[in-house]
Amino acid sequence: MLERNDLAIKKIFSRPKSLRDMQTHYCAGCGHGITHRLVAEVVDELEIRERVIAVAPVGCAVVAYDYWDFDCSEAAHGRALAVATAMKRLRPQNIVFTYQGDGDLAAIGTNETIHAANRGENLTVIFINNAVYGMTGGQMAPTTLIGQRTTTTPKGRQEKIHGWPLRISEMLAQLPGVKYIERVSLHTPSEVLKAKQAIKQAFKNQIDEVGFSLVEILSPCPTYWEMSPPEALEWIKQVMVKEFPLGKIK
Amino acid sequence: MMTKRILMTGNEAIAEGAIQAGCRFYAGYPITPQNELTAYMARRMLQVKGIFIQAESELSAINMVFGAAAVGERAMTSSSSPGMSLKQEGISYLAGAELPAVIVNIMRGGPGLGNIAPSQSDYFQATRGGGHGDYRCIVLAPSCVQEAYNFMGVAFDLADRYRIPVIVLGDGMLGQMMEPMVIHSLNRKAKGIEKPWALTGCQARKPNVIKSFYLKEGDLEKFNLKLQKKYRLIQQKEACYEGLFLDDAKTILVAYGTMARIAKNVLYKLREKKKKIGLVRPITLWPFPKGIFQQLSVQRKRLVALVIEMSYGQMLEDVKLCTDGKIKVEFCGRAGGGIPTEREIIKKIATL
Repeated sequence: MLERNDLAIKKIFSRPKSLRDMQTHYCAGCGHGITHRLVAEVVDELEIRERVIAVAPVGCAVVAYDYWDFDCSEAAHGRALAVATAMKRLRPQNIVFTYQGDGDLAAIGTNETIHAANRGENLTVIFINNAVYGMTGGQMAPTTLIGQRTTTTPKGRQEKIHGWPLRISEMLAQLPGVKYIERVSLHTPSEVLKAKQAIKQAFKNQIDEVGFSLVEILSPCPTYWEMSPPEALEWIKQVMVKEFPLGKIK
Repeated sequence: MMTKRILMTGNEAIAEGAIQAGCRFYAGYPITPQNELTAYMARRMLQVKGIFIQAESELSAINMVFGAAAVGERAMTSSSSPGMSLKQEGISYLAGAELPAVIVNIMRGGPGLGNIAPSQSDYFQATRGGGHGDYRCIVLAPSCVQEAYNFMGVAFDLADRYRIPVIVLGDGMLGQMMEPMVIHSLNRKAKGIEKPWALTGCQARKPNVIKSFYLKEGDLEKFNLKLQKKYRLIQQKEACYEGLFLDDAKTILVAYGTMARIAKNVLYKLREKKKKIGLVRPITLWPFPKGIFQQLSVQRKRLVALVIEMSYGQMLEDVKLCTDGKIKVEFCGRAGGGIPTEREIIKKIATL
């Protein structure tokens, strides 16, 4: 009888150990599912699953702790980096990361974000920028583009009324405590691979005690962009990257 | 550890009490009249190899405490009234995630920015939950520097035992005044309480999750009923008060914290004149020691209770609830920096 090994078939792709075997609640074409998986793959590859503590945001990814198979905490809206600061200071042997959306990290939590970065906390930040509030139904985010229509900018975002899209990664890059910031995107498979490399770098930095590391991920929200999933990816490529250029910022 | 008698402010005594109780994480933001506490912690945490962080806001400080509690450390923050308003979000989350923590409020005059004079105007905020949702915090009210020190051990033990935020409620006078006190070890039960729920990395166990979010229909109601059960247990077991001359008193003074000391002076002065005055000093403001009030109001219909506060009648409502109209309840109070004096109280008693 043939043994499995005799067949010369090798399993080369499977669900990461750090990701639970379940359906997510995310909409079709959403970037959260991809990013959750990338984080889980990186955690597996770096063999840190048993050391990781994740801090989930308030926003669409609020139940990320249902999908990841490692220790997780909730944080109040915007406060993830305050929560994570205390965890990492008390337990430097753990790998602590926050996963936050644009409203969480760059609007209600701007203060916590800037000061954790400025203290140079040895943390990893996964920052999802989809230019809109998803969980609450598509309101203007700090990162909403000029002209972009949302439920609270029915005529599109206008500079004079709403101000400009906030490039918080560029702002944070000014701080001496910040050691690594890269902006990546999910709009093609090759960009997804680059995103994974950046996430890996941000985790490696924490392991090597380099300091505050943040990866900003341009992520599609077809539902509140009122687009099909392929159109949403095209919109990132054609429009969003002009306001939020990809690449290493620091 | 050797006991020694020293002179300390209430703020410093609270901080040292926390250290002796095994607190190894403090985050705070400057606000008068509790700054000595923060400064003391900055020095002491270095010595005991704990973590001190001056946070960028009270919001951040309480959320740092949330993170510290989530990884299983004894953690605290302190503030004064306007800062406590900012901390309410985090306290609600601590209650919802059932995390133990200690929060000190050295009350000052309000509302708004108010002033920096002593006050007891945050009684409602402390005893009713303060933030959103159906929750309670245990509230302890020390009335002297020695108690301020001692109660920190009690506060951390209660927080750990019930997985609940505990508020230590003092006022600017208690925080600022110096009194002789005895330092002794408070680390009685610190090591006995296991925290298998803490986030420490999922080595050799299933992953832990700390959360207060229950979206599925029915789940949040179930969780709330569990909280209510815990609160009933605390009400049965942890209510605490000091009673003086309750056997023969015809008038009982009801006061807590610093105010109770002024009330006690009144009591002893009038006792010298053979007046039958007694005193109830609630030590836990939540759970409120309602048993003694129920007992007195059933046994002695002609008793008069005089509630004395540095507020316009906040604890008064609890006394009225417990006595349920069975005895007369009168009030003497000032706030916004005003403190009822012995003379004013004696004058009020003469009118009863």
